[in-house]
Amino acid sequence: MSSLTLSDSAAAPAPSAASERFSPWQVWGLILCVPYVLVFLIFVLFPVGYGFWLARAPATYVKLFDDPIFFRSLINTIAFLVIGINLKMLVALLLSGFFVTPRWWIKILSVLFILPWALPSIPTILSFRFMLNPEWGVINQLIFQLTTDDGPNWLNDPTLALALAILVHIWKSLPFWTLILIAGRLAIPSEMYEAASVDGASKWQKFRHITWPSMQTLYLTCTVLSMIWTLGDFNSVYLLTGGGPADLTHVLATLGIRYLRLDEVDMSVASIVCALPLVLPLIYFMMKRLSK
Amino acid sequence: MKLPGMRAVVDEGKLMLVGIPVFLWTALPIYHLCLFAFSAKDSAFSGRLWPAEPTLRNFGTVFGQKHHFLVHFWLQLGNSLLIAVAVGVLTLLIATCTAFAISRLKVPGGRWIMNLSLFTYFIPAAFLAVPMYKAMGVYGLLNNQWALILAMVTIASPYSIWVLKQASDKLPYELDEAAKVDGATPLQLFRLVYLPLVAPSMVAIGIYALILAWNEYLYAFLLLSNDKDITLAVALGNFLAADDSPWELLMTTGLIYALPPAAIYYAFRRYMTADLTAGAVKS
Repeated sequence: MSSLTLSDSAAAPAPSAASERFSPWQVWGLILCVPYVLVFLIFVLFPVGYGFWLARAPATYVKLFDDPIFFRSLINTIAFLVIGINLKMLVALLLSGFFVTPRWWIKILSVLFILPWALPSIPTILSFRFMLNPEWGVINQLIFQLTTDDGPNWLNDPTLALALAILVHIWKSLPFWTLILIAGRLAIPSEMYEAASVDGASKWQKFRHITWPSMQTLYLTCTVLSMIWTLGDFNSVYLLTGGGPADLTHVLATLGIRYLRLDEVDMSVASIVCALPLVLPLIYFMMKRLSK
Repeated sequence: MKLPGMRAVVDEGKLMLVGIPVFLWTALPIYHLCLFAFSAKDSAFSGRLWPAEPTLRNFGTVFGQKHHFLVHFWLQLGNSLLIAVAVGVLTLLIATCTAFAISRLKVPGGRWIMNLSLFTYFIPAAFLAVPMYKAMGVYGLLNNQWALILAMVTIASPYSIWVLKQASDKLPYELDEAAKVDGATPLQLFRLVYLPLVAPSMVAIGIYALILAWNEYLYAFLLLSNDKDITLAVALGNFLAADDSPWELLMTTGLIYALPPAAIYYAFRRYMTADLTAGAVKS
């Protein structure tokens, strides 16, 4: 019906175009879209455009590339992505197999297992932080009691501190991805496994020929989405290490804030602009997946 | 009745071998948080694994605002709540209208709006933070709670629109046709047919936006700085900046702050997992 109205009025030279061209249903549709479009224009489009404008000077990028901390942050970010995400997704894949095992105690454990995801990150990361305190933290006190040696100064070593930030990130987000992969496993028809059992397939063969082929698309999507989210993970690094020691554990998500604190807004935005070649293809991939 | 065979025992043992590390890994940091909250300072700092004399004194100090870090505790808790509720309500309003317009009214350009909002959803939030902060400065909204509310609505809306659009695409179109034939206006269709049918997804979305705003740290600490305006999340972060942070009070406040979202999550778990994982699994 609406398409009929549309073609009718398009043929006629309508004077009051807006009301003639759209049916009342579409006019209402436009009105209902106004709030979101305004939010998008004011709080996404303008900030992004303004940001690009702030970082327009080529000199900014020269200065950025001369900053060793920027390069260190890039390497840290890549380590975060490559090690952190692959480890996390692999463990999530394995744990999803564990959690679909029908046992009463696994059901209870799965409810508890979600907690890191359900809790806000600040209190738990602060808890991690104190556990790792070299003098008062429970980990080093245990090490001292067991070996009478002082434990390492965990967050004072850049490599160790970054590894711990990755671990905290995994602790927080593992439940979510495990949950998604559990849903993926449960969507596989159980007859396939029964038929395989009848044929005498081993556990590995079942995984290799039934589970993995059904889940690989999901696994890939999860990995890409997790990369995007991990790039934006500010809390795990900032609240655990604060970027220290000596600014050596920054990632791109925290580096922008560091420059902002130093009152170098152009550098802050420029560091994000430099990440775009990495981010945009990921976003494109996800949009292809979801905009169906 | 059959006794469990040797094989079954071995299988159970193998499962335990996974289960016990998973339990410890998950529970330790949370247990450590609670341990501090229920211990006196000396006991907590001595590295004990259980409280020597469990005490509620820390909670008394926090609730009574009896430390100079905590003088605005109730106000900041209220700020967190107010901002979270405002974000939840506004996001629901905006997302429901947009999803209805795109999915049911087939608004021209609807595909574009959907794609733009999806694009926004996939921009890492930390990347948008600095430009958003500068823009809020231009709008004169810095240190105004509206800045945080609007920023969080911006971040929460895209996913909400997407989930609601998925849900409403599943509703049969015959419903709309029948309503049209009966002479319903678009608003009547929205109110009487659409809203009741997408209500479960709206619950999920409302809670998603609410928890997102309650938990937010980065945007909150960028956009708000006045002690009386900040949320509890920012207050917790400010604790850290001090040299002699009262850690037992920090953990106690953290525990209080962590409880509401966890409680809400578990209470509405059915809605959350069903709706929020559907999209990811479908592909």
